[in-house]
Amino acid sequence: MAIDQVNLDIQPGEFFAMLGPSGSGKTTCLRLIAGFEKPTFGSVHIFGERSDGVPPYRRNVNTVFQDYALFPHLSVLDNVAYGLMIAGEEKSTRSKAADEMLELVSLGGFGHRKPSQLSGGQRQRVALARALINKPKVLLLDEPLGALDLKLREEMQEELKLLQRRLGLTFVFVTHDQSEALSMADRVAVFNEGRVMQVDTPESIYKYPNSTFVANFVGASNIVPAEFVSALTGKACPASLRPEFIQIGYGDGYSATVADINFMGAARRVTVDLEECRLRVLLGVDQEAPRIGDQVKVSWAPENLHLMEQNSGNR
Amino acid sequence: MRSDQPAPLSIKILAGAGLLFLHLPILLIFVYAFTTEDKTYQWPPPGYTLKWLEVTWNRPDVWEALTLSVKVASISTLIAMLLGTLCAAAVSRTRFFGREVVSLLVILPIALPGIITGISLRSAFNIADIPFSFWTIVLGHATFCVVVVYNNAVARFRRLSGSLIEASMDLGANSFQTFRHVILPNISTALLAGGMLAFALSFDEVIVTTFTAGQQATLPIWMLEELVRPRQRPVTNVVAMVVVIVTFVPILLAYYLTRDGDQVAGHSK
Amino acid sequence: MAIAKPTEATRVAKTGWLGRLSDQLWRSPRLLLVLLLLPPIAWLGIVYLGSLFALLIQSFFSIDEFSGLINYKFTLKTYGELFIPANFDIIVRTASMAAIVTLAAIAIAFPIAFFAARYAKGRWKAIFYLGVMLPLWSSYLVKVYAWKLILAKEGILNWGLETLHLSWLLDAWLSLSVIGGNSLSVSYTGTFLVFLYVWLPFMILPIQAALERVPGNYLEASSDLGARPMQTLRTIILPLALPGIIAGSIFTFSLTLGDYIIPQIIGSSRLFIGQAVYAHQGTAGNIPLAAAFSVVPVIIMGFYLWGAKRQGAFDAL
Repeated sequence: MAIDQVNLDIQPGEFFAMLGPSGSGKTTCLRLIAGFEKPTFGSVHIFGERSDGVPPYRRNVNTVFQDYALFPHLSVLDNVAYGLMIAGEEKSTRSKAADEMLELVSLGGFGHRKPSQLSGGQRQRVALARALINKPKVLLLDEPLGALDLKLREEMQEELKLLQRRLGLTFVFVTHDQSEALSMADRVAVFNEGRVMQVDTPESIYKYPNSTFVANFVGASNIVPAEFVSALTGKACPASLRPEFIQIGYGDGYSATVADINFMGAARRVTVDLEECRLRVLLGVDQEAPRIGDQVKVSWAPENLHLMEQNSGNR
Repeated sequence: MRSDQPAPLSIKILAGAGLLFLHLPILLIFVYAFTTEDKTYQWPPPGYTLKWLEVTWNRPDVWEALTLSVKVASISTLIAMLLGTLCAAAVSRTRFFGREVVSLLVILPIALPGIITGISLRSAFNIADIPFSFWTIVLGHATFCVVVVYNNAVARFRRLSGSLIEASMDLGANSFQTFRHVILPNISTALLAGGMLAFALSFDEVIVTTFTAGQQATLPIWMLEELVRPRQRPVTNVVAMVVVIVTFVPILLAYYLTRDGDQVAGHSK
Repeated sequence: MAIAKPTEATRVAKTGWLGRLSDQLWRSPRLLLVLLLLPPIAWLGIVYLGSLFALLIQSFFSIDEFSGLINYKFTLKTYGELFIPANFDIIVRTASMAAIVTLAAIAIAFPIAFFAARYAKGRWKAIFYLGVMLPLWSSYLVKVYAWKLILAKEGILNWGLETLHLSWLLDAWLSLSVIGGNSLSVSYTGTFLVFLYVWLPFMILPIQAALERVPGNYLEASSDLGARPMQTLRTIILPLALPGIIAGSIFTFSLTLGDYIIPQIIGSSRLFIGQAVYAHQGTAGNIPLAAAFSVVPVIIMGFYLWGAKRQGAFDAL
């Protein structure tokens, strides 16, 4: 995957997420930092130092791989102690350190097992412990929770967040799951087709997407077409309008017809057709639901209509 | 295409008969090794004796041939393991122009009839004025043994996830440390299996050897002479039995080393 | 792209020449590739291809009929000699034997491969696998020797036929022209049997590999659609096993073409290609003709492989 025009500054101690669909260049970006790929143009600086020509084994960053990449021929303890073994530590020192690291990820007592005897969640923790034992300044995580089931994933999200705060490390986290990125990261970079679309805090990205791509990829949004926005505000650019910011009533507002209603558990999704465009609206289940075919009025607070003046199209 | 149904009787009989056809002649060798008859190949043997084991044991020419064969096979195997592993690493870990050519080059010595390999080497030795020796035999054997090591190593390299190597480098190991601590432990059984098969192949080889050996006789050459002009049938019988046993051991070991996963240990012979 | 704050950007550099070499290799993967490929390519490319090339060149020389010395001038005369009846017979004889051996090997190998691929499970699977692997790898000469024992006049085969009062059958067979002879061990039938036996495992394994890849539900679908077992065999199994059959036939065909030991030990005195090569390079000292003879199997196999590749046989190897 080629990446292009990627310009990122990651702050020390930050939980930084790189979010994007598969093939958007986020993993390539991570591999550039780790040193597994070499940039054809431009450079990577780690703590101010150019790292061109610095092989991965001389970089003070460590990686948690998507498939964990645990060494199948080594025990869990030896996996965790690998970095120290390479660094030339005494056997007793590194066993002790590895034991402590396993305690930290709540896998005390699992040291003698082989990776193949562990569950997915446990392997993930071993991979984490192994990457942390070298005390890296930056920890790179490549979709580390991708292979876990939903419940375990939520648990691990919380644990990772706590761990990052406790250790004060810089985490660079690659994911295609927008809710994961929003809930964990201090800042998020949204990737698409090898470019960074937007870098900001999760809240800003959600509220103020700068492009139709970001608006659609991060949460669901209504893209209000430029002609309609022009009629509303005088500015001819598309705008993002989050479904939960829209009210449905019978008083003031724009006339609309209810086209469809889907029950989604915590909310109802109501699709309404205005004369200018189709909008999706999220209604709390406690609110009274219209019926398909009803004539209703939809309205929203003007500040919730976020204009995307820099919209770079759907790239 | 597994089926849970029991096999039809006709297929059972045909398959069983086929396997018997493959094994009965080899079993026959074991019987003949103990026959008391020493002038003809008479069946059934008029009687049984262990005498020929002792006679063979005390034959210096058999020992010489055996020692030479073991030496040639050991050194050829070592060379083949080195060359085959290097080739497999290059072909499976990097993409480059001409990969196909390299694979073809490795397979060629075994794909072409042995007589062609043999006569080519012989005429090359003649042209280059290289006298026949132990090393000319090794040269020929190592050439066609590379492919079995290569095939085993390539299959294992393919299963070795690329991220393991990246993980090792990520944790501070340079290329050589990664090779020693991660790559080698993960490919060692495949290499060992390849080595066993290479040993068996070399130990048994006769066609190329007749062209590349001078006055020296490996065990197969010794056997060939006996086959063409039988002089000491009982000793030949015993030697044949020993050869069967000696080749079975590495084959069985190679099978157990590679049986989970790449079950292709011998497909390349 | 940057990660801020300048501290410990890199690990304390491990010096030492291995570390530096590793850095160098990491920076230029091409150098690594060259280092990996240099020894094997040097060996196979120079020693092996060089020898093959030397052989090919010699086939374009000729031998002086009077002095018996090699005439180092480019000529196609030696290739022309291949077409004189005595030599051409050898080629036809060898190719026919290879073809018949291949066909017989397919017939015997197929049921074994079919059983191993479709019905053998667990323990039996291992037994079948080793049951093919052990004969495949056991000593070629010992296998030939075993047949010398079997086919001998006083051997087990004649004994068995006599015990069953079937010797007349063998005598009738041996009295046939071409395939018969004084006894089995000096007839084409004997040569054929040994070739078949020695190369059979090379046919079983590729067919089995091809059959393993046929999903079982194809056969169920076929019988579900009303095909009788023989129809399923002809319309479904055989076409899908064809790449494996061709792959196996490459082995049996090529190995028979190049062999010179089996016809020398079991067979009539009429030569096969391998024996001709051996005789011309050895006692006769006619290296150019030996070289030209050895090019023949290469050319036949070249055509064979070309045809096989078009059938997709190499996926089954």
